[in-house]
Amino acid sequence: MKWLLCLFLVFALWMLLMWSLDPLVIGTGAFFALLVGTYLGDIYPEQLHKVFSPKRWLFFILYVPYFLYYCVRANLDVAFRVLHPDVPIRPGIVRIRTTLTGDMAKTFLANSITLTPGTLTIDIDGQDLYIHCINVPPGDIAKRSREICGTFEPLLRRIFE
Amino acid sequence: MMLDVAWWIIGVGLAFDLLGCVGLIRLPDVYNRAQAATKCVTLGTCMLLLGVAFVGFSGTSVPMGIKALICAAFVLLTSPVGAHAICRGAYLSGVKLWPESVEDAFGPRADQIQQQPTQKGAADREETKAP
Repeated sequence: MKWLLCLFLVFALWMLLMWSLDPLVIGTGAFFALLVGTYLGDIYPEQLHKVFSPKRWLFFILYVPYFLYYCVRANLDVAFRVLHPDVPIRPGIVRIRTTLTGDMAKTFLANSITLTPGTLTIDIDGQDLYIHCINVPPGDIAKRSREICGTFEPLLRRIFE
Repeated sequence: MMLDVAWWIIGVGLAFDLLGCVGLIRLPDVYNRAQAATKCVTLGTCMLLLGVAFVGFSGTSVPMGIKALICAAFVLLTSPVGAHAICRGAYLSGVKLWPESVEDAFGPRADQIQQQPTQKGAADREETKAP
């Protein structure tokens, strides 16, 4: 089942990249999808069947503009700090806690935090995330967690858990 | 019409790329520079690719547009992982934070990683000793 899904995803990607219905293209794609699916199928995430849940897709489609909004906002903030004559930054590494449990969800949370300018995930240790911030937010762990990852957690939980 | 939108998107993307480069020069240490270099540039590059996709869909070449969109998705997925790996590797191999940094919560955890003879910690130590 997982093998079949992997095969399908690889083949779909190949067809999108080639954008042609030539039998030779389809044959080559099928051959390489088989090769990749057979040899690298193990490293695919376990619960790949979640890909076909429409509810998750709906939340994912919601998540993209939501994330882009925060990304652009933070980008402008960093741009302001970079262009300011004094470079007003307070860098540092802080520890925050997440309530997400799934591997996939935590990976996407870490990637979202990294893609938001001004914060960068250095390491994940269980529920703890070590974040390098250009401008360290004030407060204790709970307040910082709310500030840095609180905006993404509710949607990510619905997508991946 | 669609071409105009595409040019505007490409222009804004270039502006973000430029800001990323300015940040790379002006910010102090490895970690801050990695932030500027990966983040502003990721958004800038994605907007450039989106602009190319718009140009493609406006009648030039649909496959080009689709390829640009797929490239944007892959840049979005891989760029944060690269930044994370570079910064974690830099910290574990002893690159210091900027002296005026206000906090360093990763120190104890880094010591723990380097002392534990687990597979991952051992691999990190090997990398540290190599040069």
